[in-house]
Amino acid sequence: MATAFAYAPAPERVRPHLRERYGLFIDGKWVSPKSERYMETINPADETKIAEVAYGDAEDVDRAVRAARKGFERWSKLTAADRAKYIYRIARAITERSRELAVLESLDGGKPIRESRDFDIPTSAAHFFYYAGWADKLEWAVRAGHVAKPIGVCGQIVPWNFPLLMAAWKLAPALACGNTVVLKPAETTPLTALALAQIIAEADIPPGVVNVVTGDGSTGAALVDHDGVDKIAFTGSTDVGKIIQRRIAGTGKRLTLELGGKAANVVFEDAPLDQAIEGIVQGIYFNQGHVCCAGSRLLVEESVHDDIVARLTDRIQTLRLGDPLDKNTDIGAINSLPQLEKIRELVSSGIEQGATFVQAECELPKRGYFFPASFFTNVQTSHRIAREEIFGPVLAIITFRTPDEAIEKANNTPYGLSAGVWTAEGSKNMWIAQHLRAGVVWCNTFNKFDPSSPFGGYKESGFGREGGVHGLHEYLALA
Amino acid sequence: MTATLPRATRNGALSRQRVHVDAVMLEARAAELAKRSIKTSAKVAGIDIAIRCTDLTTLEGKDSEGRVRSLCAKAVVPRPGWSDVPSVAAVCVYPNLVAVAKSALAGTGVKVASVATSFPSGLVDLDVKLADTAQAIAAGADEIDMVIDRGAFLAGHEDLVFDEISAIKNLCGDVHLKVILETGELGSYEAMRHASDLALEAGADFIKSSTGKVGTNATYPTALVMCEALRDFYRRTGEKRGLKLAGGIRTTKQALTYLVIVNETLGESWLRPELFRLGASSLLDDLLMQLEKERTGHYAGADYIPKD
Repeated sequence: MATAFAYAPAPERVRPHLRERYGLFIDGKWVSPKSERYMETINPADETKIAEVAYGDAEDVDRAVRAARKGFERWSKLTAADRAKYIYRIARAITERSRELAVLESLDGGKPIRESRDFDIPTSAAHFFYYAGWADKLEWAVRAGHVAKPIGVCGQIVPWNFPLLMAAWKLAPALACGNTVVLKPAETTPLTALALAQIIAEADIPPGVVNVVTGDGSTGAALVDHDGVDKIAFTGSTDVGKIIQRRIAGTGKRLTLELGGKAANVVFEDAPLDQAIEGIVQGIYFNQGHVCCAGSRLLVEESVHDDIVARLTDRIQTLRLGDPLDKNTDIGAINSLPQLEKIRELVSSGIEQGATFVQAECELPKRGYFFPASFFTNVQTSHRIAREEIFGPVLAIITFRTPDEAIEKANNTPYGLSAGVWTAEGSKNMWIAQHLRAGVVWCNTFNKFDPSSPFGGYKESGFGREGGVHGLHEYLALA
Repeated sequence: MTATLPRATRNGALSRQRVHVDAVMLEARAAELAKRSIKTSAKVAGIDIAIRCTDLTTLEGKDSEGRVRSLCAKAVVPRPGWSDVPSVAAVCVYPNLVAVAKSALAGTGVKVASVATSFPSGLVDLDVKLADTAQAIAAGADEIDMVIDRGAFLAGHEDLVFDEISAIKNLCGDVHLKVILETGELGSYEAMRHASDLALEAGADFIKSSTGKVGTNATYPTALVMCEALRDFYRRTGEKRGLKLAGGIRTTKQALTYLVIVNETLGESWLRPELFRLGASSLLDDLLMQLEKERTGHYAGADYIPKD
């Protein structure tokens, strides 16, 4: 007789240092906002308030940009080796405080501690380590005969899906190249950026080099509009990216945009199917599907469609949904109520338009924002769920018959951030990858990241690259 | 559902179609499962299952009747004084010690397993393998752990491997047959998968990872790929066959990770001695130590656990 082998709760017990109220981090100091306003940041897993954070208005942004300008005079004149030394300090401090940062990230954003612990925080540290190494080697990052110079003050606006990691992607290359930064964290997930500000303060990094101004969309808009900013780097929705691009047109500000996606994950009949299932799960259910490069459209060769659907139906039933701080949780909380409503609205549209909805059966916690792992079959390429970014744990399954048809369907989207290919045949893998219009193509794997590998989009997924030597070019002016 | 698995043809030959396995995601999934946190009540339940599913093993050249009798006593009562600690599933010995084990275990419910077919290499003719197996069965073995001919498998003579397994299974009849693939010698996960499919088609009641006699024994990805073969066999035939992992399993942490891999790939219904075994010699001691820790809050000295 089988003995019950139900996993007991395994909560991460480390409690992060939290303040009741956070100010803005400007010119190396914690200051109260001129706006005199504060916002609440809540835990999406139980809807309780975690802390209050300052709302930065245009005047606060102005203070931060001025501090960054002053900081630039000093930071850009430091020797490259000294800049590297400071960036290494940040990297080490993130590693040393990784457990605390992981808890903070899961608390504020709802992602499983398994992911913040094993992915977000270590990859964040890895980006600082990687770009620290570049600081005194920039002449090798540009073509011979050119001199690499910093741009100046960078306004960086990061999203709520990978709060610390996106801050790291943006800060590390900017600082390595000698720029200074005003960082605007996402409204719903400011806490790890504020913890990073504290790390930066304790690392003795010169005042004004990194400034953190929390707030909402209006704060970001003030940063985009500020005359003292030389470059904007934005990761977020395509709609907001378009607004930013319009607003800075004619100003001479440089811009990189990393926007939405509706990535195709293409599975051929000769694929390693059990591993493909893991790649599909990794592609769409990682971080509750709050991933711009999520493999949200599954293109399956018709001959293995039923097999894949049967396997996936079983597999999603084993995903453990619940408390993000439990070490065995696979699916945490949806980041915010508006996002949950958006997912529900798109799922309703899929059902109304005639697709077949399959969802894992599981008990949802009584409080908090949760949505079980789900997918649609019988999806037509005209359905909204096949075209719009859901940004949730919902996959659209579409079939194809030939490699040409797979490519045509995969590229039939305004986006082009990532794609996946699954086949045991090497030459087919390469051929498909060549024809996919996407910034990243993963072959027989998905969602693999490394600081040395550039990441960025085609088409409406944005422009500019983050990571690798390519990531440096976005923060250098050639002389 | 479309099956892309090899199928036995009428004369026992297997189609050459192989199920593809990719190492990167297989290892990533195994590593993910190895990070499950099994604590408190789950740990106690897991230890209980692990003990029930242990094949307490001694396979050394220096094995003697006394050693086997001592091991059998421990198999029946692993922790004297704690009556709720279950007996292990079986004691696993060489053929010429089967009779000793059989008499020592008479009436206890603990099974006698015997390695056979010229364990561990299996490099003798089929008639010798059959004779070896017949001797073990005659001496009272309830279960036979045979080895496949890895040389033949790697040389592409899959029909030969298939036919040998079939022949041994024929001889075994109701005696439970575990087929050792010796995964550490097969070179790739895809080959392990193929050998698993082949053994299941040929009639193995259990597929078993290793002899414990080569450099690489059971690993987490190996266990996962074998579970996937069992899962597909079940999907296709509706029949649940068993998994035995062996070699190098010494700690409770390892045993619990294997339980997690089986639990999340095949389901909890597989976590019973009829379908799952851990072949080990020293694992039982660590399971008992960890059980004591969970019950009393502290570790007992190793001297409180009987040596076999």
